[in-house]
Amino acid sequence: MKKKVLGVLLCVAMTAAMMTGCGSKEEPAANEAPAASEAPETADETAAPAQESAAPADAAAGEGIFKAIPKEEIKVGVIHITDPAEGSGYTYTHDLGIQGMQKTIGLEDSQIIRKNKIPDTDPTATENAIRECIEEGCNVIFATSFNYMDTCEKLAAEYPDIIFSHGTGYKSNGTNFNNYFGRIYQSRYLSGIAAGLKTESNKIGYVAAMDKENTEVTGGLDAFAMGIYSVNPDAEVYVKVTNSWYDPEGEKQAAEALIAKGCDVIGQHCDTPNPQLAAEEAGVWGVGYNSDMSKDAPDAVLCSVMWDWSKYYTTAVQSVIDGTWTGENYYGGMKEGLVTLSELSGLNDPEAKAKIEEAEAKMLDGSFNVFDGVIETNDGSTVGTEGGTLDDATITGDIHWYFKNVVEE
Amino acid sequence: MNIINFLVAAVLAGTPLLFGTIGEILHERVGHLNLGVEGMMSIGACSGFMVGYMTDNFWIAMLAAFAGGAFGALIYAVLTVTFMANQNVTGLTLTIFGIGLANFIGFYMLGKSETGTLKLPEQITAQMRGAKIPGLGSIPVLGDLLFSYNPFVYLGIILAIILSIYLFRTKTGLNVRSIGENPAAADAAGIKVTKWKYINMIIGGGICGIGGAYTIMITNGGVWITNCVGGLGWIAVALVIFANWKPVYAIYGSFVFGAFRILKYYVPKSFPIPNAFYDMLPFLVTAVVLVVNSIREKKENAQPESCGVNYFREER
Repeated sequence: MKKKVLGVLLCVAMTAAMMTGCGSKEEPAANEAPAASEAPETADETAAPAQESAAPADAAAGEGIFKAIPKEEIKVGVIHITDPAEGSGYTYTHDLGIQGMQKTIGLEDSQIIRKNKIPDTDPTATENAIRECIEEGCNVIFATSFNYMDTCEKLAAEYPDIIFSHGTGYKSNGTNFNNYFGRIYQSRYLSGIAAGLKTESNKIGYVAAMDKENTEVTGGLDAFAMGIYSVNPDAEVYVKVTNSWYDPEGEKQAAEALIAKGCDVIGQHCDTPNPQLAAEEAGVWGVGYNSDMSKDAPDAVLCSVMWDWSKYYTTAVQSVIDGTWTGENYYGGMKEGLVTLSELSGLNDPEAKAKIEEAEAKMLDGSFNVFDGVIETNDGSTVGTEGGTLDDATITGDIHWYFKNVVEE
Repeated sequence: MNIINFLVAAVLAGTPLLFGTIGEILHERVGHLNLGVEGMMSIGACSGFMVGYMTDNFWIAMLAAFAGGAFGALIYAVLTVTFMANQNVTGLTLTIFGIGLANFIGFYMLGKSETGTLKLPEQITAQMRGAKIPGLGSIPVLGDLLFSYNPFVYLGIILAIILSIYLFRTKTGLNVRSIGENPAAADAAGIKVTKWKYINMIIGGGICGIGGAYTIMITNGGVWITNCVGGLGWIAVALVIFANWKPVYAIYGSFVFGAFRILKYYVPKSFPIPNAFYDMLPFLVTAVVLVVNSIREKKENAQPESCGVNYFREER
């Protein structure tokens, strides 16, 4: 009997220790938390945002639909899919954005409420987290993952005075529920220039999380391939799909398979730095994603494609304070600073800097939009029209083709 | 050329599975179905990585990885052997506990690091890189195929062979197997059931821990990643069945499963097979093996008789 009681006690102790392991760290590491990996992000990148109006927020003509809220009364609720301290590329970069917004606007710590590790596949958990935020007095809610969308839509109808801003989705109601996302393909195009100039074997690898079904991944890969083509028309892009948003082992193995094929620059749309580490180990180069992966693989990374969400969070919260919130969707890019390219590392081709700056300048003045004109795909068909450019709805939801220099093997 | 690359990658992908599998075989051979392989591997990965990070010493890191896994197995052994808790529940708890503990320590260390990333020093990662064995490694084809791996691969194969000799060629091994088949009979024959259960399970856990260290040090290139084991422990549990509870079969089995895991990156896309199919393959094959074994009804290929049932001496 005694033994049984002891056994039960040990079990309880183990469970308790486990709970501590999970529930700890409510607030993220304020300084440098890790950046590399990302916990399962499930569907949040399957997004097709900005179907209706994709005008950037600065187009809002000062006419708000809500009364201004004094800075002191602002309370921001943030729903994260994982823990920002986890070193998760996705949540970590979003939380850096929140921290940047807090600093720029000057909010107190108590004015930001974070709900971490809310699984976006669980509508009840999502709803509870958002309701908790509301009970704690939040007047702005940022929901960072794709599947929070329907819950946000439902609660936005129930609480018309509270602003719901949902990331990477496509639904909105034009008043207190909007959508935000970014033109990451612009940075990917620029990183393609660096890769195209660096390659010696004229074979460039790309570790993709999802296949052609997924527009965000495919569009990003196409932009990368077009960037490569712009400086090196002979180079080919080999793609391997892990079929998972988070698969450390698979991402490494995919990169190794590409390197074995002769690829000497490895790009990626996946969350761990493992493709870059594989490149470093094999003595070849790579292009990182989400955060600056130079810190993980300093001898391989040419540059990294990065998000700066603080640009949106600052704009949005400021508009609420000023009473200029319009409920419009936000689809920012290079111009808004929402997507960026990290500083080029010393490993780059000497020409890279000038070529990238040239292309960047054209993107900023609007004379070049990546998906311009008639685009040839790798199955011989064409997309787009002469003199035209793909519209935002297509870019975010309807790219299911690979650019002509992409090889699927 | 391509086929050589594929085979080499399959061996590398299979090695962590090999450690997990032979560790679990040691558990099941003494009649304990330990579903905590994933947890033991996580604890081993974490302790090995963190000790390596702090001491810069490869061998101390390996020792810590072994100790970490053994610690996980010890918890399991105390609960199931001494306190006779339900094996399935305890094993599952150990998995959740192990992953949680590893991530918890990982968060803590990441929070303390200045660069926001934890990377093992070069002197450790250099020791673990694949290197051609001098002389033998320069033989064409065979050199790449057999003599160019990192030390873990050879360690895993040697361990599996030693364990096989131990289990099937020594008197102690016979005793140990008899515990797994019928602990009451073993007890009556004068075998110290509890003692041998503890010894085997702790060694098995330690081996799992080294498998965990492999995932973080080789697969993830020596950079700390949350959930680094990533489900390999579960595949190892399935592999035990595939290997018919025999360590030598585990060598082939783990390399075959390793090949399944990387197949999708090497099969030409012109084969119209959806990616999800490749992810399913190892488990499909395990199911087939289970069915085939049950049709053949050979006693020696069956699970140890008492596996999953705790031995309660007073109930004899």
